Amino acid sequence: MADRFPSPFDIEPPAGAEGWEELYTYSSLFSAERREYEEGGFWFQDGVHWPEAMTPWDVTFLEYALASLSQYNTRHYLIPPALGVDYRILNGYVYLSPVPVATPEEIEARVPHFLERAGYYFGNWDRLYDDWLVKIRELVKEMTELDVRPLPVMEDMEVITSGAGKGSGDDLLATYHRLLDLGFRLWQYHFEFLNLGYAAYLDFFGFCKQAFPSIPDLAIAKMVAGVDVDLFRPDDELKKLARLAVESGVDGAFGSRDPASIQAALGESEAGRAWLARWDEACEPWFNFSTGSGFYHSDKIWIQNVEVPFGYIADYIEKVKEGVDLNRPIAALHAERDRVVGEYRDLLTSDEDREAFDGKLGLSRTVFPYVENHNFYVEHWAHSVLWRKMRNFGEVLQGAGFIHEVDDVFMFKRHELAEALWDLYSGWAVGAPSRGPGYWPQEIQRRRGILTALKGWSAPPALGVPPEVVTEPFTVMLWGITSDSVAAWLQSGEGGAEGSLSGFAASPGLVEGPARVIFSADEIGDIQDGEILVAPLTAPSWAPVFGKIKATVTDVGGMMSHAAIVCREYGLPAVTGTAFGTKKIATGQMIRVDGNTGQVSVLD
Amino acid sequence: MCDRPHVITFDTLVEEFKPVVGGKCASLGTMSQAGLPVPPGFAVTTSVYADAKGIATDYGELTAMLRAVPVGDMAGLATAAATAREMVRRWPIPEESAQEIREKYAELSAYCGVEDVPVAVRSSATAEDSPDASFAGEHDTYLWVRGADEVLDKVRACWASLFTDRAIAYREEMGYDHTAVDMGVAVQKMVRPRAAGVAFTLDPTNGDRSGICIDSAWGFGEGVVSGEVTPDNFLVDKVMWSINRRVISPKTHAYLLAEDAIDFVELEPEQANRPSLTDEEIVAIARLARTAEKHYGCPQDIEWAVDGDLPDGEHVVLLQARPETVWSKKPHQVSTRKDLMTSIVDTLVNPLYSRKGGASGS
Repeated sequence: MADRFPSPFDIEPPAGAEGWEELYTYSSLFSAERREYEEGGFWFQDGVHWPEAMTPWDVTFLEYALASLSQYNTRHYLIPPALGVDYRILNGYVYLSPVPVATPEEIEARVPHFLERAGYYFGNWDRLYDDWLVKIRELVKEMTELDVRPLPVMEDMEVITSGAGKGSGDDLLATYHRLLDLGFRLWQYHFEFLNLGYAAYLDFFGFCKQAFPSIPDLAIAKMVAGVDVDLFRPDDELKKLARLAVESGVDGAFGSRDPASIQAALGESEAGRAWLARWDEACEPWFNFSTGSGFYHSDKIWIQNVEVPFGYIADYIEKVKEGVDLNRPIAALHAERDRVVGEYRDLLTSDEDREAFDGKLGLSRTVFPYVENHNFYVEHWAHSVLWRKMRNFGEVLQGAGFIHEVDDVFMFKRHELAEALWDLYSGWAVGAPSRGPGYWPQEIQRRRGILTALKGWSAPPALGVPPEVVTEPFTVMLWGITSDSVAAWLQSGEGGAEGSLSGFAASPGLVEGPARVIFSADEIGDIQDGEILVAPLTAPSWAPVFGKIKATVTDVGGMMSHAAIVCREYGLPAVTGTAFGTKKIATGQMIRVDGNTGQVSVLD
Repeated sequence: MCDRPHVITFDTLVEEFKPVVGGKCASLGTMSQAGLPVPPGFAVTTSVYADAKGIATDYGELTAMLRAVPVGDMAGLATAAATAREMVRRWPIPEESAQEIREKYAELSAYCGVEDVPVAVRSSATAEDSPDASFAGEHDTYLWVRGADEVLDKVRACWASLFTDRAIAYREEMGYDHTAVDMGVAVQKMVRPRAAGVAFTLDPTNGDRSGICIDSAWGFGEGVVSGEVTPDNFLVDKVMWSINRRVISPKTHAYLLAEDAIDFVELEPEQANRPSLTDEEIVAIARLARTAEKHYGCPQDIEWAVDGDLPDGEHVVLLQARPETVWSKKPHQVSTRKDLMTSIVDTLVNPLYSRKGGASGS
């Protein structure tokens, strides 16, 4: 077995991607100036959030997210052993590196601060979380109200009479800066609770592992996980709409697959209009739901790609007509959770242990609603709004001839976009040509070529020197990276055992069936009943396909990944974090998925 | 339900019948009722013995003969006992009861899918005024009995074993009247294990009480118990019922049945290296062990078998259960007396979870 991964400095760009570095922030690249630090570290590719090569503007949320995560560890709560998570982009892919606190003395010095600061949050969690829900809604509201308009031929008279003393160019530039500020604020909010939530969960996790050394990880997850989770809400809303369509007799409209004709057909009857009104209610906010991780502008959002939710509703309508009960078995899920908790608790042998168990489980359950729900508010809802506003800027630039397609706006680095808007404004102000229309279209075409080359590149799962043990708590929780998975990557890099993969036993059960390998949400329509889904990762909005499949295998993700949560919910076996599932398995192959042991085998 | 049942299957042996079947049958009935599947079979109640006694022409003679032996006359007692046993062996079984026994035996054979299924015929004595008397080992057991005539004959043989020298001596020592002890008989399928072994309701490697540890090998469990065969080892979670560890060992030998005798034989490598249990069987054994633990209220060490004659889903049987004694005496205390916040710091600084990934625990 190799003892280290390739050095980031030995990785060549794929053919046709020369000059890719210009697409990303200078500080996000591996570079000679920091070579010693970078080469001595351990970098893993984050396929959980960024499975594909990044377009330049999309890096914005990556940088906001990683810096905000880090800031809370390092500067707010002083997590004793862990500073932040450093990030780099290599050939368009994202590599992360957890940064430990260097010495035991430094760790020790951080402890009293952590106790005071984290203790305050744990002690006031419910109030602070209630405040958070208000804050995040206000933030999304402010994002929604961002008004992006093309520059007028002349300013309105009202600008004159009100004595505004400033014009539309000022508004346009300020709105873009405001969008960036709000996006950054969003990510600050995102990590206000998350790291502490994971810390509390890990403490309960550690206790369970000590009390019951062989306890499956998913048993611990099951004791803590909520039953009424916002992340399930969009799927629940689809089911309600499907039932309503059948009950009110408007399900015939879904005979068509074309959203416009469905909407037209519904508009013709009283019941249909009532259904549409109910649909509109569900849209805000629940269908601000991404078909991907929410980190790509190209991820489809339900309300802007109505064919996606309409397709799911049509599938659910069929099930309703077949008499299938679509309700999530809430009472049974609660009862099962209580059973699992009760039985493990009874197996503890002292009152002291039971008291500790109750305390840790209690805290974990206090923090978990945030852990489970924040994703809807941030990655789905707020990001949906921000992508929408960015497209408004795209429309302005397109109107001014800077770009051909609206989505070309994502081919700018975020600060370049400010410069381009300046160029636009300046030309408008002067009444002379901007440079942009002559400059950007061909530059963007060049960048698209580079990106196409990057997308075909197969990113190694890790770079640099593996740590002896993975100790950074969030690396384990968020990315499912453990000492074992690192060892498995080192082995697989040399071929490993053919036809078998191992990952997290994320949801129990053993099944065999034909594989369906899916790389993006666009392909989920191909999934047939009874197949086993194999994907880089799954998104919460794929929930409706879980009614069709027999099991799930993902390349990335741990016990708390979306695939894991949803499979447990649907009672399907899941093995997550196999690293090479989509590479070693082909559509149509018979595979066996053992969600009890985390093993996946190719049978033919 | 008739007043005096003659024959009762173990799985229908409810509480009210226990006084009329003797200690051994009552215990098999209790386990069966508690969801602990013992090998199937039925009890011939003490009323059949009482009826046979009633119609026997020589019962008065028999009791008089035993009473006539002077206390301490061992030789005289032995002679009288031998005569008594011969008398009982000749008693007719009341026709109605004999017919019921034949029917129940035929049903058992049919259930097992084996013509004239081999059974164990065991004595199950009861003392009217001392229902708790154990009589452990005082009376006879007959193994590998086949055919209804043989079963009926061995029922009589069990009755006759009320009059072995040691049974008589035991009664005299305990102060029981010879006529006050009645005999029930257990007729129970002989287990013909495809695989067998032991199970602990905790993980003996670390005392983890959430685990059920199973050792299993092909054929009879003797090889596992004695250590002559390296068994497969499985660890099942008691709450989630997931199989968290599986170690498949080369089980080169097995105790197997050859013409009603057990031989220690070498196995083909293909079979030796194959898991001796399916996943369903592993979980069924674990559930059985857990039920025993709950029933007896403490960690158990059980012997079990997978009987190839019994229908799927009912083919895992409990042979024996006894309290586990090693780990049960050491409380498995988690070393945390710290407050919650200190514990969180400890978790972050010394991350236990980082040492292994996945749930396989391997």
